[in-house]
Amino acid sequence: MARLVVMGGGVSGHTAATFAKKWLGSKHEVVVVTPNSLWNWIPSNIWVGVGEMKKEDVTFALAPVYKKAGIDYRQAKAISIHPEGNNSGDKPYITIEYTSKEKEGQTEELTYDYLINATGPKLNFAATPGLGDANGIGEHTVSVCTADHAVHASHELHKVFQKAKTKKQKILVGTGHGMCTCQGAAFEYIFNIEHEAKKAGVRDNVDIKWISNESFLGDFGMGGMHLNVGGYTASSKIFAESLYSERKLSWIIGAHVNKVEKGKAHYELLDGSTGVEEFDFAMLIPPFAGVGLKALNKAGEDITETLFAPNGFLKVDANYAAGAYENWKASDWPRTLQNPTYGNIFAVGIAFAPPHPISKPMSSPNGTPITPTPPRTGMPSAMMGKAVARSIVDMINGASKPTHTACMAEMGAACVASAGKGLFSGTAAAMTVYPVVPDFEKYPGIGRDINMTTGEIGLAGHWIKHFLHFAFIWKAKLKPLWTIIPE
Amino acid sequence: MAAKHMEHIQPYSLQSGTMIPTNFRKFLRTCVIWQLMRFIAINIKMTILILRSHH
Ligand SMILES: Cc1cc2nc3c(=O)[nH]c(=O)nc-3n(C[C@H](O)[C@H](O)[C@H](O)COP(=O)(O)OP(=O)(O)OC[C@H]3O[C@@H](n4cnc5c(N)ncnc54)[C@H](O)[C@@H]3O)c2cc1C
Repeated sequence: MARLVVMGGGVSGHTAATFAKKWLGSKHEVVVVTPNSLWNWIPSNIWVGVGEMKKEDVTFALAPVYKKAGIDYRQAKAISIHPEGNNSGDKPYITIEYTSKEKEGQTEELTYDYLINATGPKLNFAATPGLGDANGIGEHTVSVCTADHAVHASHELHKVFQKAKTKKQKILVGTGHGMCTCQGAAFEYIFNIEHEAKKAGVRDNVDIKWISNESFLGDFGMGGMHLNVGGYTASSKIFAESLYSERKLSWIIGAHVNKVEKGKAHYELLDGSTGVEEFDFAMLIPPFAGVGLKALNKAGEDITETLFAPNGFLKVDANYAAGAYENWKASDWPRTLQNPTYGNIFAVGIAFAPPHPISKPMSSPNGTPITPTPPRTGMPSAMMGKAVARSIVDMINGASKPTHTACMAEMGAACVASAGKGLFSGTAAAMTVYPVVPDFEKYPGIGRDINMTTGEIGLAGHWIKHFLHFAFIWKAKLKPLWTIIPE
Repeated sequence: MAAKHMEHIQPYSLQSGTMIPTNFRKFLRTCVIWQLMRFIAINIKMTILILRSHH
């Protein structure tokens, strides 16, 4: 009997674990180690963050789902990986620390035959003073990255709407550091705020502004994209600027937010100038890092640098020596997501170390890097989880190497950013992009397949967003026909 | 005559350098019949995208 251990039960880890268990059956073991008792459909946190949904609408308890699936669930966080075992044996193992009430703080060694790192991001609030500290979100800004954060954000937002009935209020949304990713989430949040402000009858009294590390509006950490709209191939810059302009939103781009104080965000721009933006409410996404797993060899020596990149993400079959932007190729991006040193370790979703950003690296004349880091959104994360699960199942059954690939330069992504929630009052920007990482050799000029890279605004996208919310929670709960719902 | 959703745009401002949808384009965004057709079209496109992405 082989044992697959999945660290992290989020979008990618849950997909990997549930498919692996379905394919392996009871002959082999699948263990999930994840610190939360609840699964969260993170994209819908946006609606929680404006008060349109409750935490219960976007989360569910993991234990009954794993029990039904026959998955061994440990409510714990992984601490270290020992890929060579230790002095008393060669069997690889990880150490875990329980987070459940009953076993809180207890540690255990868990052996594995195959290991998937799907631990997602550490929300690195501490990178920007005032944004938060090592323990998480601070007192000056809010976040929508977790369901609890989003509940808090909604409370604060409605306080501001209340004040806006009598006094002008300033809202700032975007990224809280020069090296952030996940601009798409902030993008969706700002349009939801705008919609809710209108609904609350206070739109004229709230000034809503975007601040981000993108060098142009619509970069999204993907170097922007060219969309097939209205008979033109138009840059996402035009698409985004059009949306912001129409909705009366202003923007600051190329910004590294370097300090946050009560009601003030200090920033440096790509041209080296500095500024301060005042706010009554700010939602600034923190930069992401790896969750800080350690790796030790048989002798107990630290080999974290062998397994992980300096940002804490796990090294996989990517080309980490591509060098300058001019040398970047689509083929730098990993395909099998297998660690090059230890063939039984894989990383999926946000946890794998990308070879380099997708957006062109830029810095201010003072040397401050201001470059979006690459997004690893839900659809690619889940696809990676499924492909790696398939490879591992095949390897358990005798294959000598991974049999499936999930490369961000060979896969597309669909992204639906809503504004509002009502079935006939909300609209959404529905975007498709193929491939996620531009391939300038295959698609010279714009790097992407123009027939597959599109964007449009309307109710249709909004209905899709609603459908996706219910479909993905249905799928994650392993309800009937869950396997036919695509990632 | 400029449409209502264009009235706030000031010359030479950030917002003036881009395209703004016409009233007709805005109407289409919430026209249920048109959007039902777009719903089908977007779903087909997303399905093709998913099929092309699995290896
Ligand atoms: C507000 C918001 C909105 C978004 N909207 C969209 C959207 O509309 N569309 C889209 O495609 N993407 C969206 N995304 C991105 C999407 O949520 C991520 O791409 C996706 O969650 C990444 O999956 P993952 O499995 O890598 O990480 P996660 O889903 O974050 O899962 C990581 C898991 O690992 C666990 N973990 C952490 N540390 C440890 C440890 N030490 N040991 C074990 N487990 C650990 C965590 O608790 C978590 O359960 C959004 C993100 C945010 C923040």
